[in-house]
Amino acid sequence: MKENKLIHWFKYASPQSFYPLAGKMIPWFWALTAVFGLSGLWLSFFVAPTDAVQGDGYRIIFIHVPASWMSMFIYIVMACWAGLGLALNTRLSGMMAQALAPTGALMAFLSLWTGAFWGKPMWGTWWVWDARLTSELILFFLYLGFIALQAAIDDARRADKAGAILALVGVVNVPIIYFSVKWWNTLHQGSSVSLNKSPTMAATMLWGMLLMALCFWMYSIAVALMRVRAIILERETHTEWIKDLAEVKQ
Amino acid sequence: MNWGSPAEFFAMGGYALYVWGSFGVCAIALIMEPILVGKRRSEVLRSLRRAALADQLEDEGNKAG
Repeated sequence: MKENKLIHWFKYASPQSFYPLAGKMIPWFWALTAVFGLSGLWLSFFVAPTDAVQGDGYRIIFIHVPASWMSMFIYIVMACWAGLGLALNTRLSGMMAQALAPTGALMAFLSLWTGAFWGKPMWGTWWVWDARLTSELILFFLYLGFIALQAAIDDARRADKAGAILALVGVVNVPIIYFSVKWWNTLHQGSSVSLNKSPTMAATMLWGMLLMALCFWMYSIAVALMRVRAIILERETHTEWIKDLAEVKQ
Repeated sequence: MNWGSPAEFFAMGGYALYVWGSFGVCAIALIMEPILVGKRRSEVLRSLRRAALADQLEDEGNKAG
């Protein structure tokens, strides 16, 4: 009796019911990605004015900040799924964590890459061992470590558990990145929105940045859902419901 | 509008390398990732279909034998 209730509660925690649900959600998230992306790019390049100090070089902010935010946010979400998997032993949680890691790693890479391309003209250097930059680099390595650790363990459930511990321990790095500009004297600017003092200019810049952040957010959900569906197919290969799927039967 | 001509737009006020170097790599990455995930999916589906076909042939063989 108790088991029946649990099954009801965790309905979408089962790969079998989550697989078709994710399939239905993916096109909507791609549509939102396109809408936010196109309007965000329009604001970034055609509405937001040239900055008084940084000229047009500041426009890198419109992808640098969204990529950096997503790299931290995805890590937290990934660690939550990993922790949930450890605590409740649900199959889907580990798959979600595994599906998020490559996208998070990509966001961390883009944050570092765009940061380097912004640092070169403004600071005169591609890279400095500064608190903000170094902690973001560590985040990138944590993602790579998580992916490598999972890939090194053949048994998927054991890989999930080992990865979950790494992911949870690594969470400590996220507040370090976030507060690094306050805790240490760094080259990196404190607040990203106060680039320009004029409030009207800041408004269009802020909106451009927020729309791009929403675009990156929707993109991350769409691509993670796509990846989790592939992982479900890979891991549940020998189950009956997979054999009965229309895309397998054809 | 910030730009008088397309050339001015692509020049980005002298920051062309940095702005397009950032946006270009971002665009490539965000286009490649879903393509690679799609490839991963079609590979799993291919092997699943192969397995299904093998099962089917085995069943038919058993019936005939």
